[in-house]
Amino acid sequence: MRYAYYVLLFVCVLTVSVMGFRGSRSVKPPLEVFPDMDRQAKYKPQSASVFFADGRADRPLPPGVVARGELRDDSELFRGKNAAGQWINHFPAAVKIDARLMERGRERFTIYCQPCHGAVGDGNGITKQYGMGVTPSYHIDRIVNLTDGEIFNTITNGRNTMLPYGDKLVPEDRWAVVAYVRALQRAQLGTVKDVPPSHKSELGLQ
Amino acid sequence: MSKIFPKSANKLPLQIILFVFILAGVVTAATTYYATPKYTRVGYAPVQPVPYSHALHVGQLGMDCRYCHSNVEKSGVANLPTAQTCMNCHLHVRPDSPLLAPIRASYESGDPVPWKRVHQLPDYVYFNHSAHVDRGVSCFECHGRIDQMEVVQHAQPLSMSFCLNCHRNPAPQLRPLDQVTNLAWTPAQMPDHAKWAADFVKNNKVIPPTSCTGCHR
Repeated sequence: MRYAYYVLLFVCVLTVSVMGFRGSRSVKPPLEVFPDMDRQAKYKPQSASVFFADGRADRPLPPGVVARGELRDDSELFRGKNAAGQWINHFPAAVKIDARLMERGRERFTIYCQPCHGAVGDGNGITKQYGMGVTPSYHIDRIVNLTDGEIFNTITNGRNTMLPYGDKLVPEDRWAVVAYVRALQRAQLGTVKDVPPSHKSELGLQ
Repeated sequence: MSKIFPKSANKLPLQIILFVFILAGVVTAATTYYATPKYTRVGYAPVQPVPYSHALHVGQLGMDCRYCHSNVEKSGVANLPTAQTCMNCHLHVRPDSPLLAPIRASYESGDPVPWKRVHQLPDYVYFNHSAHVDRGVSCFECHGRIDQMEVVQHAQPLSMSFCLNCHRNPAPQLRPLDQVTNLAWTPAQMPDHAKWAADFVKNNKVIPPTSCTGCHR
């Protein structure tokens, strides 16, 4: 009987030495112990397909197809141009400018723009230290004089070395970022003249 | 005539029963330990086609999770980034690095980079990222300190009991919405997290389902 226990102990030691402990690193895919319906014959987003020639389950829209709610007939909102095809220098009627939009703009700017443009828009983002080329400051005349529509278009389609961000920011978010960029410019380029007269004495100006 | 069985044989049936019980106990313990997601999934760290380091991009550069996983707040799926997302910077930063060759090939051809999937729930589980992220459940709760990982590693078991632990009592895991992607945040950084969380649960209607149909359809 004693030998049965010896064998059991040996099997335990053998199992632990082969299987290791919980949480140990492995490059092998997880074993599915009861794989009953774990992997079903259906497509999930960004998954692979053996049916389509390009191997993707996600299908591009055929040319000319417009998805529901994607008609984009508001030229000012979606392209930053008025009906005559000129850049607009105001916000589209569909965008309501309020504190919420500004907060949204600040958040989106921090995620998508700050790595290169820097927190105050001076072009000194973290990527500069790693070899990113010259990122222009928002506070130079050329950028300040851009119309709102042109800034919107730059976010949407990119410009020079900046690639498009239209896939990451929906149009409403892009306008929110435009509003925040304008706020950064106001913050950097403000002068004494911008201080309301009622507050000048607080700053010791008069 | 000598006896066929020695006297010690009288104890043998009892000893065999005892051994069978011990054996059953050991087998049960081993199955619990080895055949559950805490062993099978945790620690999975596949070799990726590009040795992308979250520790560098998120931990060191301070990039937000949503720069790449841009749809996580509005979609059930936390999308993998397009090659263009990488090229936003890598057109200029290390443009000739051989490690980035698969990214450049994907950017030019339009074919996806063959990333290896780390976290994969069974197909009968309908997990929705946006439903969690938009209600104050951080990436950290399921994915761990991604911002410290050179190679992404499966950090939590993501078993049904793991989900239910939180669904039955979500408050301790919640955090302010602007801290959801800040993986270093801890409830201790808040003066009175318990009270804040109780209010948050009430005001934001955080009512995680605990019935089968909540996650299985």
